[in-house]
Amino acid sequence: MADLRVNIGNLKLKNPVLTASGTFGFGEEFSDFIDLNRLGGFIVKGTTLEPREGNPYPRMAETPSGMLNAVGLQNKGVKYFVEHIYPRITKYDSEIIVNVSGAKIDDYVGVCRELAPLERIRAIEVNISCPNVKQGGMAFGTTCQGAAAVTKAVREAFPGTVIVKLSPNVTDIAEIARAVEAEGADSVSLINTLMGMAVDVERRRPCLSTVTGGLSGPAVRPVAVRMVWQVAKTVSIPVIGLGGIMNGRDALEFILAGATAIEVGTANFIDPAATVKIVDYIDDYCRRHSVASVTDLIGCINQ
Amino acid sequence: MTKLTADFRVTQSVRLHKLYTLLKLTPADTSLELPEVMPGQFVQVAVPNAPHTFLRRPISVNYFDAANRELWLLIRRAGEGTSILAGLEEGSVVNLILPLGNSFTMPESAGSRVLLVGGGVGVAPMLYFGHCLRSQGYEPRFLLGARSEADLLELDEFRALGETFISTDDGSLGEPGVVTLNSALRPGIDRIYCCGPAPMMKAVAAKAREIGADCEVSLENMMACGLGACLCCVEKTVKGNVCVCTEGPVFNINQLTWQI
Repeated sequence: MADLRVNIGNLKLKNPVLTASGTFGFGEEFSDFIDLNRLGGFIVKGTTLEPREGNPYPRMAETPSGMLNAVGLQNKGVKYFVEHIYPRITKYDSEIIVNVSGAKIDDYVGVCRELAPLERIRAIEVNISCPNVKQGGMAFGTTCQGAAAVTKAVREAFPGTVIVKLSPNVTDIAEIARAVEAEGADSVSLINTLMGMAVDVERRRPCLSTVTGGLSGPAVRPVAVRMVWQVAKTVSIPVIGLGGIMNGRDALEFILAGATAIEVGTANFIDPAATVKIVDYIDDYCRRHSVASVTDLIGCINQ
Repeated sequence: MTKLTADFRVTQSVRLHKLYTLLKLTPADTSLELPEVMPGQFVQVAVPNAPHTFLRRPISVNYFDAANRELWLLIRRAGEGTSILAGLEEGSVVNLILPLGNSFTMPESAGSRVLLVGGGVGVAPMLYFGHCLRSQGYEPRFLLGARSEADLLELDEFRALGETFISTDDGSLGEPGVVTLNSALRPGIDRIYCCGPAPMMKAVAAKAREIGADCEVSLENMMACGLGACLCCVEKTVKGNVCVCTEGPVFNINQLTWQI
């Protein structure tokens, strides 16, 4: 087996395959299909300070090679996670990363304070890019000042690895990445969903209750690869790539474009075993190409 | 109950109607150990060779025979995905995730008077449920609704399982009008189970309240994962938004917030 270990700040991953928040529940939903211990880590559902009911149904529309969602961060709040879910999932030795969301900076800080004492939560992913909530979320992720302010506050409140998840719905994503790096982010993950819209032409109404939603799936992959490439050239912290990765080949596209690790999202809906197949593919690829360590592949495209 | 992903081979494709096809499937791997499948559960079918169909299609279990390793899916042609599934030829292979969701609640006692109500493709889960009830000593009765006689599906199979009442919009078979007007829906029924279009289920739920019957409905909200991970298929309930794919598809009407 090739050496698949990668580091994200102080976080040591046994392989570069993570799961994207909101597509993998709390991992348990997939335990019938895969050995969760084979993943580098799993990023659990976006967690807020208070419970959230999310947006009204319909929240999903299938689109060519992808889907729109407008879930709106439905979750039971950080206290529920700490008391009920965390104790159940610590039996897995893959890294557990919590995706943290909020409507205002104090909310992010509040969630971080609840998570900070948890031994197995060595990293958080800060969601400043959710397109489906009215307040906060993407509002922070679309300006350098907003992104920097959240990062600074979270950096002070959480002692472990801080990954900031970036929005693609911006003019210059590299500029935002630079702003969060300057405030102490250990890593950036990108891209969150691209804002989109679909119309039910027979009923003459939007397909989603919120009108617009976030596009994911292979439809967004070329955009995501481009943004990962741009950001990886700009910052010196590790970049985590995601956006429409369906298989091992897709994952390698991101790694070669500059990603240190990748997240698998929508693919989990199509094939619940997609993640471990990607781990196997990367291992096989390294052997076929006589690469000793997957880190030797990061950003290695010939131009 | 352990869920699994497996390839199934189409052993028979029966065109029941211009809109409906019955697919009979068996595991492609003859040594595959099949899980127990409860009535009311569904499967997620990957649509092969479908350029514009990205997600799996949730299809309820129409019939399941563990001994003969046979699974029936009743497909209604709605869009590209279901049209491709309905057009699958015998011998072709599809990938399923199963079994998914909860199941209908068994009646309290063998003497319970139960009525299984199905409309359109909503008759699908009622056949397997009726079979399970029958094999456990219950006496299910059925009420099936359709536009006309030609639109009624699997009528012989239902009649073999129990007394079957019919409502057709045009009166070509059974009683004319919608199922809620059928004389079978009358006081004295202990429990009603219903699957069909949302307006029909709401009308049956209201009728159930009126005649004092307990009532379970099977919902078909749009789904992505089917595993409780994406939170797309939620239904508003007295407990808040819950996933239809894991907390349902079967709900007692008292759990829902329907205005009935």
